[in-house]
Amino acid sequence: MGDFLVDLIAATLRIATPLIFATLGELFCERAGILNLGIEGTMFFGAFTGFTAASLTGSLWLGVLTALVGGMLSGLIMSLFSVRLGVNQHVSGLGVTLLMTALSLFGFRVIFGENRILPSIQPFKQLSIFSESPVLGPIFSQYTLTYIAIALIPIIWWIVFRTNFGLNLRSVGDNPEATDAAGINVYRLRTIALVIGGALMGVGGAYLSVAQLGSFTFGIVAGRGWVCIALIIFANWHPIKVLWGALLFGGVQALQSRLQLTGLKLPYELFLALPYIVTIIALTIAGRNASYPAALLKPYKRE
Amino acid sequence: MIKFRLERSPAAVWSKALIPVVAVLVTFIITSIFIILAGANPFAAYYNFIIVPLSTKFSALEVLVKATPLIFTGIAVTFAFAAGYYNIGAEGQLYAGAVAAAWVGATFTNLPPIAVVPLMLVLGFLGGVLWALIPALLKVKLKVDEVVTTLLMNSIIMYIISALLNGPWRDPETGWPKSPEFFEAARFIQLIPRSRLHLGFVIALVVVIIVYLIIKRTPLGLQMRAVGASKAGAQFAGINVNRTMLIAALVSGGIAGLAGVSEIAGIHYHLISELSGGYGYTGIIVATLGGLNPIGATIAALFIGLIDTGAQTVSRVLGVPVYLGDVVQSTLLLITLGMLLFQNYRIKRI
Repeated sequence: MGDFLVDLIAATLRIATPLIFATLGELFCERAGILNLGIEGTMFFGAFTGFTAASLTGSLWLGVLTALVGGMLSGLIMSLFSVRLGVNQHVSGLGVTLLMTALSLFGFRVIFGENRILPSIQPFKQLSIFSESPVLGPIFSQYTLTYIAIALIPIIWWIVFRTNFGLNLRSVGDNPEATDAAGINVYRLRTIALVIGGALMGVGGAYLSVAQLGSFTFGIVAGRGWVCIALIIFANWHPIKVLWGALLFGGVQALQSRLQLTGLKLPYELFLALPYIVTIIALTIAGRNASYPAALLKPYKRE
Repeated sequence: MIKFRLERSPAAVWSKALIPVVAVLVTFIITSIFIILAGANPFAAYYNFIIVPLSTKFSALEVLVKATPLIFTGIAVTFAFAAGYYNIGAEGQLYAGAVAAAWVGATFTNLPPIAVVPLMLVLGFLGGVLWALIPALLKVKLKVDEVVTTLLMNSIIMYIISALLNGPWRDPETGWPKSPEFFEAARFIQLIPRSRLHLGFVIALVVVIIVYLIIKRTPLGLQMRAVGASKAGAQFAGINVNRTMLIAALVSGGIAGLAGVSEIAGIHYHLISELSGGYGYTGIIVATLGGLNPIGATIAALFIGLIDTGAQTVSRVLGVPVYLGDVVQSTLLLITLGMLLFQNYRIKRI
């Protein structure tokens, strides 16, 4: 039982990592008033660019860095449409997802050709902190990116709630007119938020290819971006609660793969669908009291 | 020197019609970069993209085959978006319709086509409605964002399909994850011998006409457009906003379900998990390009069908990855979105 729990917690952290990165990314976007449905495609692009750079240069960290820059690029494209041109955020976000997905698939085929064998790299190794302890050992045997993700949570909390930038970010998502009147460039601030957000989403995607899998498959992101869109509502746009949301999803995911092994006579696919069902239920319960950024989805036009 | 300035007023009709044309040209210029990166000549690529598919009867008909599911999903998205309901779940609703059709197509083996085809359409429509029901109810009853829930429902149904295909519907002889083959009467008739064009195309056009009439000529259509323009305004005018959105969401799901019926009964004759090549998401591109107008969406679906067909030609002839088609489509969506802003401006000479 103890082993089971330790194993479960360790797996939960592994699964939650990309969700933490990407949901924190979405937090920046939505706090600034932009719903970024480009998240799914940005993660996919991060997984692709991260894997490709790591594979071509042989450096995993260069892969992560490339994914970060790739994510920033994606955020910049999103900002061109949703901030500068002020078009419908739902459709432009999906457009960005479709574009980044298409570019990744296209780029992967151009660079690696049509191989029968999937190209792969030696992924990141897990880093043990308490390698002596029977309980803490396995739990804290994680990828460096997982530690970074967890460390980012208090940092981003501090940025959002304790810095001038964070104050401006929150006010631009609640009342852009007043923010503009206070002499802050709304377009610029929203663009910066989308670029930071994109960078985090890109790294979240790169985690999947460079740390977890060591390869790039077409189903690598598999709707995780959409889960993050739900998690941010569940977390009420608060960095600390992002952690709980990601751990909840990760926990259900980790639990389902272990329940399958117990020999329950149910199709394993229903277990795979379980985290998505739980996400909808959690969203329904938490979403009722959600306090959306007031200017979310509203394009700002300076008259 | 002649000077121009932009003025905020509705654009002239001729310049509105020009928007998609200019958007296509701009898209082609941008995507040329990727064609060059893939080591091909852009002019040769676009020749194979646009001209070659239309130059033989077989491939021209193939464009219509590719456009058929996109007409359905494009109309489905148009119907929901027109009422301000952001149904992103057409992909999942398509599969729900396909599951219903797969069940009919493998079960009622002694029914004639005249009975089995309508049965399949009705149940396929209901399958799509059912898959749209949960997000729609959550939206109108509890105000849960429909964008997120419809997206998550897309992921869920893929696991259900996988469970069906690896469980009760696994092919007993080959072990392949595909449902039992349709019996002859359940297969849509081919419209033209030796082409893949099937009854689904005609049904799609009928749906276009019905939806056009609903949106433009009925009280429901008027209410939908009012809700789509402004929920608060519609509420003020005494329209039942929730009821209108619920109807739009469910009918939209049903139409997307028909796309699944059409693909399975017209092309594959059995359920596979790769039935849709993202047609539900492409439906959003189609609806946007078509300006949320059923006729516009139909033209857009035909154009995207051409790009899909052309991408295969380009891939075969020039060795450019077939995903170039997806790059062109998504770029076109974004460029069109940007260009649509121009319909609110007029160019004035000063």
